[in-house]
Amino acid sequence: MGAKVVTVTSGKGGVGKTTVTANLSAALVSLEKRVACIDADIGLRNLDLILGVENRIKYHLVDVVEGRCKLQDAIVKHKQFPNLSIIPAAQDRDKSAISPTQMVAIVNDLSPHYDYIIIDSPAGIERGFRNAVAPAQEVLIVTNPEVSAVRDADRVIGLLEAANPRPPARLIINRVKAEMIKRGDMLTPDDVFDMLSIPLIGIIPEDEAVLVAGNRGMPDLGSRAGHAFKTIARRLMGEEIPLKDAPTPGLFRRLTRLFGGRT
Amino acid sequence: MVSRDDSFAIKGIREGLLVTLSAEGEWEALTARVLARIDEKQAFFKGARVALDVGERPVLPHEMDSFRLLLNKREITLWAVISSSHTTQTSARHAGLETALVTSQGGLESPEVSSEMQGAPGLFVNQTMRNGRTVRYEGHVTVFGDVNAGAQIIAGGSVIVWGKLRGIVHAGALGDETAFVCALDLAPTQLRIAGYITVSPEDKRRKPRPEIALVRNGRIIAESWNP
Ligand SMILES: Nc1ncnc2c1ncn2[C@@H]1O[C@H](COP(=O)(O)OP(=O)(O)OP(=O)(O)O)[C@@H](O)[C@H]1O
Ligand SMILES: [Mg+2]
Repeated sequence: MGAKVVTVTSGKGGVGKTTVTANLSAALVSLEKRVACIDADIGLRNLDLILGVENRIKYHLVDVVEGRCKLQDAIVKHKQFPNLSIIPAAQDRDKSAISPTQMVAIVNDLSPHYDYIIIDSPAGIERGFRNAVAPAQEVLIVTNPEVSAVRDADRVIGLLEAANPRPPARLIINRVKAEMIKRGDMLTPDDVFDMLSIPLIGIIPEDEAVLVAGNRGMPDLGSRAGHAFKTIARRLMGEEIPLKDAPTPGLFRRLTRLFGGRT
Repeated sequence: MVSRDDSFAIKGIREGLLVTLSAEGEWEALTARVLARIDEKQAFFKGARVALDVGERPVLPHEMDSFRLLLNKREITLWAVISSSHTTQTSARHAGLETALVTSQGGLESPEVSSEMQGAPGLFVNQTMRNGRTVRYEGHVTVFGDVNAGAQIIAGGSVIVWGKLRGIVHAGALGDETAFVCALDLAPTQLRIAGYITVSPEDKRRKPRPEIALVRNGRIIAESWNP
């Protein structure tokens, strides 16, 4: 059986796609899964930095596509999580260096050796987005609880709905600040759901530990955000977990039923 | 739009508008009549993407260019020219235009509306319209789903949204002041009926309820809709 292929995308830049890819991959590995994550953000590689493997990169995705190395040679293993493989992006090339078909071919080659393949996409809805989404069996849309990020997410969901075949999409709301919601200064997860109407797979709190872990190149699954990533990993694996790790319990009562909703 | 003039027809398709020109008659005169029709209904056509079907008529490059330029002046984009004439196809390709209605999704779309049908023609959108989607149609438009912020409907007739309406809607865009807009939750970014325009009152915590907007005594009002 092959791997489940999941693409992380957002429309708007800087909302946390790379953070989600890195931490979700680590969380899946901590749950005994074999995971390969692919950095499809060619020209702006980042995933290797957050995962702390930047010094051990020999080849990258474009090298594989252009036949300068075997796929095996481009894979870098994470030090802390040996079951986590990273396929870095090229920094000195741009998105047109690879096509959606080539992306699908690479994922097919990886598939027999892993349980999950997680793909990080670039911001926007151009070629790089299409590369990242082409092999997806499921798409995770990352957004922040802020209007412009939600609008961009909406546009991306519209594009996915028009795609054939149409991959199922679930939503991650990242950087939720409980105090701001209490003060009424931030969209609540309910507001976001009301605007997008797609199933939610998880809410990640704003957490300094994310930045610290990113700088150290080691995902911190013990942090508050880390806990949220583990919950998302388990939901991805098919477990039904009600939304109890929400930042302000009580506020999201209506949301619990969303998890039972269509996927 | 049932033409008073059967040398051309304009209708809404998924990709925008389709202008079908008769293969006969003089090009200059015919295109001038199309432009005159467009000028009568500027609000409806502004910002539209137009595909042109000229049948077997051979259209020379300079003819195509000048028509395209005249459309551009009216903020209308010509994106495709369909023809069985080799000359026309070459001119179109030269101008960087598509020569078929095939979109990236690979579908050939033409929601044909027969004029023998009872009542006015309608378009049914069986899906939520998300940010970036535009529907432009000369008859009535029904959406089974939401119309999100950033989506836009421009209809010659009325607009019914069986869902939340948050985007921009222009009903009666060809001048019909009896057109109406209704939705299960009527909170459009902007709502226009014929020449009238309004925005939703800022009231975040209001309870959604079905409402209908129509023109009364020279302005748009919204009242409770009991379907
Ligand atoms: N839950 C969080 N708490 C605190 N900081 C966060 C959180 N999620 C992301 N960040 C920070 O936000 C910044 C942007 O995150 P990230 O690089 O993952 O976004 P991105 O969507 O991949 O951006 P790009 O579109 O540029 O690829 C980073 O500095 C990251 O540390
Ligand atoms: Mg990134």
